[in-house]
Amino acid sequence: MPDTGTNDMTEILQTPLHDLHVELGAKMTPFAGYDMPLQYEGIMAEHNHTRQSAGLFDVSHMGQAHYTGDEAALEKLITADLAALKPGEQKYTLLLNDEGGIRDDLMVSRPFGEDGLYIVVNAATKAADFAHMASNTAGVGELRIIEDRALIALQGPAAADVFGALLPAAAEMVFMQCGVFDLEGVELYVSRSGYTGEDGYEISIPAANAEAVARKILGDDRAKPIGLGARDSLRLEAGLCLYGHDMDENRTPVEATLMWAIAKPRRERLDFPGAARVMQMFADKPARKRIGFTMSGAPAREGAEIVKDGKTIGVVTSGGFGPTIGGPVGMAYVDLEYAVADTEFEILLRGKARPAKVTKMPFVEHRFYRG
Amino acid sequence: MSVKFTKDHEWVKVDGDEATVGITAYAADQLGDVVFVELPDVGKSFEPGDEMAVVESVKAASEVYAPVSGEVVAVNDVLEGEPQKVNESADGDGWFVKLKLSDKSQLDGLMDEAAYKAHIS
Repeated sequence: MPDTGTNDMTEILQTPLHDLHVELGAKMTPFAGYDMPLQYEGIMAEHNHTRQSAGLFDVSHMGQAHYTGDEAALEKLITADLAALKPGEQKYTLLLNDEGGIRDDLMVSRPFGEDGLYIVVNAATKAADFAHMASNTAGVGELRIIEDRALIALQGPAAADVFGALLPAAAEMVFMQCGVFDLEGVELYVSRSGYTGEDGYEISIPAANAEAVARKILGDDRAKPIGLGARDSLRLEAGLCLYGHDMDENRTPVEATLMWAIAKPRRERLDFPGAARVMQMFADKPARKRIGFTMSGAPAREGAEIVKDGKTIGVVTSGGFGPTIGGPVGMAYVDLEYAVADTEFEILLRGKARPAKVTKMPFVEHRFYRG
Repeated sequence: MSVKFTKDHEWVKVDGDEATVGITAYAADQLGDVVFVELPDVGKSFEPGDEMAVVESVKAASEVYAPVSGEVVAVNDVLEGEPQKVNESADGDGWFVKLKLSDKSQLDGLMDEAAYKAHIS
């Protein structure tokens, strides 16, 4: 057993689906303060099952909240155009600091008609995000943190058939739509979105009903439980950023190539946090930016140094084996002149320089359902 | 032929003055799906504890250490194209290297099967 050398008294949290994970034979691992399933039958099999059929993920560790009140006060903190966000719609957006650095990436949506916004943020950042949102909207808005709900994701080409069999209305939704639905008396917040590049749903369920809903979904042979291991390889192949790795407070949306997440009116009004710096960097071009790369042999992991002609030109921020690609894939930040598709460079792995090349993302085409 | 084990989950099958080395089924299971194995060159010599090979799973990279001193006389080239052999047959077709032993007495310092089983339980 590894000795961590610390006496961490913080209690590890469990999601409402914890007992089910254990019953299903998951290998559990601590992640963002929660005891989470790393894998069930194996990362490769789970990854492939999600791409071929449907995978059920427990993402209850993520932060959910309901915001009501003055939306302009909340909008100031993020990059979405909330005035343009209609009931039943969801947007991917960024929470920025005053320098335009990325505090988090999140989903903001209107599943409750005119009754405010539903927000889902990353697990590791949720406490800081919600404190930041609450303090900046104090007196004009109310941020209610939702702690009595689980969140699951059902992803893959069979997701719509599996979930549609339980909730026919879900099959009618298209990518980035959301709503509140009744499933045999249980109130679900559903969005057609996810983090795998596949079609699918994210489903918020009252904690007390979470296991029953998960069991109903898993009662369909096309759906299997999927752990965090495959969640990471799936999102990496889909070219989707992992917060704290592929972007953080020291990266702007320009460097992270996430400018598409800043709504056009917000760019024009220059009223998102750090707008002056971000738009200046956008005009001037950043020194480094995020790219995808592929290579053969051993996969480069996070932190590996990228070199070209003997000089350091970048660093790997996410890397691993892509089961659908059948080889190593990764994301890195490299000096701008090398951030061009098919540019070849080398990545240092255990002291040896291994050839790799810039490859357009996503590595595996997105298959979102757009109607 | 005797089989010995290290605390780092390598196995050593001794046949005369040659030893075949691999990782245990327990280790392969802990690593998960193996996707790449980096093997040493034939002719290279190692001392006990030297990093001899690297095994990459979907999850992470792990080093394989030389359990005893010796010179590499063969490597399992099959793993280059079929790294999953490590998961399928850790103590058989998924072997890593064959070493020409330079000091057989070092084997006495390794665990036998019963001791290894106790080590992982």
